[in-house]
Amino acid sequence: MIQKKANLEAVEKFADHLEVEGRSLWQDAYGRFIRNKAAMTSLIILTLVVLAVIFGPLLSQFAYDDTDWYAISIPPSFANGHYFGTDSLGRDLFVRTLIGGRISLMVGILGAVVAVIIGTLYGATSGFMGGRVDRIMMRLLEILYSIPFMFFVIVLVTFFGRHIILIFVAIGAISWLDMARIVRGQTLSLRGKEFIEAAYVCGVNKKTIVVRHIVPNVLGIVAVYSTLLIPSMILTESFLSFLGLGVQEPMTSWGALLQDGAGSMEVAIWQLLFPAFFMVVTLFCFNYVGDGLRDALDPKDR
Amino acid sequence: MSEEKKLLLDVQDLKVHFAIPSTSPWPWAKPSMLKAVDGVSLKLYEGETLGVVGESGCGKSTFARAVIGLNHVTSGHIMWLGEDLTQLPPHELREKRKEIQMIFQDPLASLNPRMTVGDIIAEPLKTFYPEYSRQEVKHKVKKMMDRVGLLPNVINRYPHEFSGGQCQRIGIARALILEPKLVICDEPVSALDVSIQAQVINLLKELQQEMGLSLIFIAHDLSIVKHISDRVLVMYLGNEVELATDTELFNNPLHPYTKALMSAVPIPDPKIERNKKIQLLEGDLPSPLNPPSGCVFRTRCPIADADCAQQSPELKGIHSHYAACFKC
Amino acid sequence: MSLLDVKDLRVEFSVADGTVTAVNDLNFSLNQGETLGIVGESGSGKSQTVFSIMGLLAKNGQTHGSAKFEGREILNLSEKEMNKVRAQQIAMIFQDPMTSLNPYMKISEQLCEVLQLHKGMSHNEAMEESIHMLDAVKIPEARKRINMYPHEFSGGMRQRVMIAMALLCRPKLLIADEPTTALDVTIQAQIMTLLNELKSEFNTAIIMITHDLGVVAGSCDKVLVMYAGRTMEYGKVDDIFYHPSHPYTEGLLKSIPRLDSEGDELPTIAGNPPNMLHLPKGCPFQDRCPRVMDICRGDAPVLQPFSGDRLRACFSDHRSW
Repeated sequence: MIQKKANLEAVEKFADHLEVEGRSLWQDAYGRFIRNKAAMTSLIILTLVVLAVIFGPLLSQFAYDDTDWYAISIPPSFANGHYFGTDSLGRDLFVRTLIGGRISLMVGILGAVVAVIIGTLYGATSGFMGGRVDRIMMRLLEILYSIPFMFFVIVLVTFFGRHIILIFVAIGAISWLDMARIVRGQTLSLRGKEFIEAAYVCGVNKKTIVVRHIVPNVLGIVAVYSTLLIPSMILTESFLSFLGLGVQEPMTSWGALLQDGAGSMEVAIWQLLFPAFFMVVTLFCFNYVGDGLRDALDPKDR
Repeated sequence: MSEEKKLLLDVQDLKVHFAIPSTSPWPWAKPSMLKAVDGVSLKLYEGETLGVVGESGCGKSTFARAVIGLNHVTSGHIMWLGEDLTQLPPHELREKRKEIQMIFQDPLASLNPRMTVGDIIAEPLKTFYPEYSRQEVKHKVKKMMDRVGLLPNVINRYPHEFSGGQCQRIGIARALILEPKLVICDEPVSALDVSIQAQVINLLKELQQEMGLSLIFIAHDLSIVKHISDRVLVMYLGNEVELATDTELFNNPLHPYTKALMSAVPIPDPKIERNKKIQLLEGDLPSPLNPPSGCVFRTRCPIADADCAQQSPELKGIHSHYAACFKC
Repeated sequence: MSLLDVKDLRVEFSVADGTVTAVNDLNFSLNQGETLGIVGESGSGKSQTVFSIMGLLAKNGQTHGSAKFEGREILNLSEKEMNKVRAQQIAMIFQDPMTSLNPYMKISEQLCEVLQLHKGMSHNEAMEESIHMLDAVKIPEARKRINMYPHEFSGGMRQRVMIAMALLCRPKLLIADEPTTALDVTIQAQIMTLLNELKSEFNTAIIMITHDLGVVAGSCDKVLVMYAGRTMEYGKVDDIFYHPSHPYTEGLLKSIPRLDSEGDELPTIAGNPPNMLHLPKGCPFQDRCPRVMDICRGDAPVLQPFSGDRLRACFSDHRSW
């Protein structure tokens, strides 16, 4: 009897010293996100789309630039392997849609990554330094904002011809501006917070304050905004391709496919429908995921 | 019996003015000066608690932030153990952080929500003593947590998982881990529940005895300031109004503002409250952008006359009880 | 017949993690011209009590029980019916004078709106009455100031404007939710003196919600002490302060530093404020009570009357303290 009690006490004492795991705000947000059905469904659909554009073309017997003069603009059918039909040059639409998806998604995601990195660094520095540095950096930003985008792209294309890298350059040049403004705003509001003052008082130097205190508290809004940035980049790329300033033939993107499909809308509606469907679903899902992230990272709980 | 106590802090005629952009449409108009602190001098000795009390706009928080270097100083000197903090270059000022620390008003906002409690408390230690091993740091942090009344096994929890009182204990642990000589407490209990305030005040007093700290305790609640302080400074609109030991101040207030302030503090005793004659101050606080000439209190003072508008009174008095008033 | 009679008031909120019972088993009565102080810390449910009486609860809140104003049940009235009660019979002033007034409207518009709506006055009549009320709350140069915007007033002045607005229709009951917490102590003294004067002039009953026992001592006739949504004790102000019958009240009174006392160590109430989502079974104060017994962990103590019309919810015998 006494031994049992001693055991119990020993276990209690041991338990007291066990460190309790904390529940970080990220974990809280993760839990909230998981519970958001719309966001989770969208995330799953997006994953499927990404898997499709990576592995889908391997499943087909056709390459994206295989022209088949005997199968011009035929409707979709399982029998002859043209699951989505063909376009006006006899190229398989299934493969072209998925390959186009690769380009669109790559532009969207890479463009967003570049925008996030440049924009966050620029905005955090500007917001944190304050004073004259901040004013100069913001004036520069406003000048860049006022450059008409289409004019810039046309100039680039005129000088360098049509090339996929140009798309990246053009879109990258304007997309980080919004992110910089948002991060700067968030940094400005963080700068006045007491825990930043406390860090100063603890002797932490400015660089460490930015890395250890500002950036983790800015990441939330950066994550939300970047998922909303991806659809707008895809749309911009589509717009450029639609105008004929985007990817070079025979490489394609969803925007280019839309342009082709719009032309033959009356006779071969599937040429418009399939790329449009993929694009709409992808954009929809990114927006839902972005909304879900924003709800999960609700500032009220910070 | 007077002991020769070591002089730690000697603030000389400190002024902190902020330039507020003028609202006039003329683009070259001079900005108005907000005189947040307008000439404060005081001495702080080792092991003592100085309370600084006043209402909103009196400049007490600005004063504290100027001493610790969070605000710029317009003029005046802050002598810390003989060195003038206002003249030190930034990296040397940083070294002084080992000796002067601060506890903030809002317990939750003063902690980084993305860092664990252990990391928050360890931050000053890791900043100044990077040579300590992780085990050593952890050991010191746990010891400090125990000292301030936190269970050491919550070291991996995050600030939002704690109550206000516990967050303030974390803030205290962080401030004391470097074993500073002076801790400036900027309204440390104002945001806490009444039943928790007493716990935190007792903790501060205990730690002060144990570690031989000096405290500058800033608050707007006179009762709390009286309880914890050895000497009390009363401020009004950026100026010093009265300075005395706590018993002297509360038994024998000299300055009309101090008298009005003390009579206005409600005491939890119905009979006393019913029979109390409150000295109500007329009017409102003047704007710190345009303070009254001469004595800043004269617009609301019951005994002011024409002389009070001529000059600003200095703190004067005997037996370490000073008041800035021509009429008392 | 008392002016306000509250019986078994219970307020529940449905939140993501469950149901929170913010107010549980509340009883009090208030007569004309009396001031009741409701005292409690954060989470005690004092604000939710009056919000439920005024019909101002958030959408996820439900009210149970009874609140009779002049014999008429006012809990869970329709919005239309409640609007007739508000301002004319029961008025309310809030804690933060900065956010209680519409920053885009002049004071005159905000004051006249009340009179035109509830008393059907014309614009000129409403203006005259409003200026008269601003004089009553001692706003200097009322005729000129009535045309100013809220941001042009100081905190104390704004609170006076709130009081004026609340008293325009001469309500029988005024509810003040922490009216001086955001104000400096000298301004607080002005406002409390003003409230006491207005109370005698208009014979208004006041419910004063606060966490400051000093304010309660100076202005209240009866006191209700709340903790975690429950009444701990209820009685006349002298009885509560000089002969507290609940360990929580006793602890609070001892732990507050007083201007007229010497002291070294402040006696404290141990522990932390209650977590409303996970209240312990039995008395909510059990984890912090110096007089806790085994019975306290069973069922929660019920409010028992004793010694006149005092009420207490505690198992320990206060006469043997």
